[in-house]
Amino acid sequence: MSELRDLYQELILDHGKQPRNFRPIATASHQADGHNPLCGDKVTVFLAIEGDRITDVGFQGSGCAISMASASLMTESIKGKAEAEVRTMFERFHTGLTAKDEAAAVGALMDLDKLVVFGGVREFPIRVKCAMLPWRTLVAALDHAQQPVKTE
Amino acid sequence: MTAIRPIAPAQPFDVARIRQDFPILAREVRGKRLVFLDSAASAQKPRIVIDAERHIYEAEYANVHRGVYWLSQRATEAFEGAREKVRQLLNARETREIVFVRGATEAINLVAQSYGRCFLSAGDEVLITHMEHHANIVPWQMLRDERAIVLRVAPIDDAGELDLDAFARLIGPRTRLIAVTHVANALGTVIPVGEVIRLAKARGIPVLIDGCQAVPHQAVDVQALDCDFYVFSGHKLYGPTGIGALYGKARLLQAMPPWQGGGDMIRSVTFERTEYNELPWKFEAGTPHIAGAVGLAAAIDYIQSIGYDAVAAHETELLAYAVRELSKINSLRIIGEPRHRSGVISFALGGVHPHDIGTILDDDAICVRAGHHCAQPTMERFGVSATVRASFAIYNDRDDVDVLVAGLRTVHKVFQL
Repeated sequence: MSELRDLYQELILDHGKQPRNFRPIATASHQADGHNPLCGDKVTVFLAIEGDRITDVGFQGSGCAISMASASLMTESIKGKAEAEVRTMFERFHTGLTAKDEAAAVGALMDLDKLVVFGGVREFPIRVKCAMLPWRTLVAALDHAQQPVKTE
Repeated sequence: MTAIRPIAPAQPFDVARIRQDFPILAREVRGKRLVFLDSAASAQKPRIVIDAERHIYEAEYANVHRGVYWLSQRATEAFEGAREKVRQLLNARETREIVFVRGATEAINLVAQSYGRCFLSAGDEVLITHMEHHANIVPWQMLRDERAIVLRVAPIDDAGELDLDAFARLIGPRTRLIAVTHVANALGTVIPVGEVIRLAKARGIPVLIDGCQAVPHQAVDVQALDCDFYVFSGHKLYGPTGIGALYGKARLLQAMPPWQGGGDMIRSVTFERTEYNELPWKFEAGTPHIAGAVGLAAAIDYIQSIGYDAVAAHETELLAYAVRELSKINSLRIIGEPRHRSGVISFALGGVHPHDIGTILDDDAICVRAGHHCAQPTMERFGVSATVRASFAIYNDRDDVDVLVAGLRTVHKVFQL
């Protein structure tokens, strides 16, 4: 049960239920679709980028509490940041959820502010892809990927 | 001195005794009793099946249909004995009407590729239902794309029942094959296959029945049904993975061309021409899953030693109890309320995503399926992308249901429903 509490923290439940920035952006300069064929989670990430800075971000989709909360908190944490910075955040988030070494995982999440609440996901390997889906989709949008992102 | 056990009289169904036959049920997961409610995906194996596979490898293994030596003959006898066992299970008229395959998926692909390619042409129709497993949808779509046949889908109602009137209306002059499930894997609906076959026979149309979710729960008699093809997977019937059977009427199987070419399916080969083997080996190219077939035979022995009447009595009572207990949970919605239910209960809970429910239940060592159950059109029909599915087998008991219900109350707590 304590691991469950770590996974489903208040902030995650809150954002899962009432995702922020849950809207398309008409003037998006970048956009990508992500799909988890295993559970049917779907997410579309919209970015407005001016120069190298993300001036607006939104998402739409449906999925489990983990994927929705991850998308919601991701949008909050990347707004106003530079593209290179966001890519570094992706790497840290990924390490924080997947590193075998616990200290490395904890260390990676430490600088990501609120995103530290996803630390509990690491104990549930099958759910890592739920939390990663919005981030992978974000990177695809930055890369202007033509193919939808798949978690498989 | 060892105690002499009295000859056992026909025993009433004793689920505690049944559970002892399944070694895996004795294990704990994170210190908790394993609550296995995913048998519709794949059932656990009784010791007799595990022992049968071990025995053939340890004592009677060689390739089949090849050697003149004693060991190969023993293996061949065991393998062909398994075929006879499957014949008995389905009450097929002849053993040669039983083709061993990897599972129901391969069986349906075999029929689509062999029967379909040979006897169906552009504009011909295959009729299925809205509650098929992907395995009884995709092979027909592949045939459609290759041969320009038409795939027709009979609708289901809000209870998850087949709309028989609409089904009958969809049978037309170009309908060449009807392929329906016996029990819907995502909803648990028992389809009135007798009625389906009667409608088809009145028009002389062959019928394939996907029996995957039926054979673990009820006796099947393909002669009484008068279906033309019947398919099932061994692993859902407490047998090994990688083995299943296609029943086909001999007349049809004989008319069908081979599907895969290779060893064992031939009588003679020259570079100019090949003469094919007779039934059923015509459809069994390459070395078959010998140990799997022997394990399947053991599983059939096992289920028959318990008896389908006892199995059905136990499971019907347990399903009714589960439906009753689940219905007491606030904001729980059971998906599909068929008059005749078998094996599975699909449900949604208060808008919580099934994967979140699955994770929370897993914390209590409860194994359920969370997802679309390889039946996305069924999910879409009920306006959900996924459900939680609890499925029941002979080894489940009321304790399993009670733990599930307690686990769902934890979901309530975590998600503050």
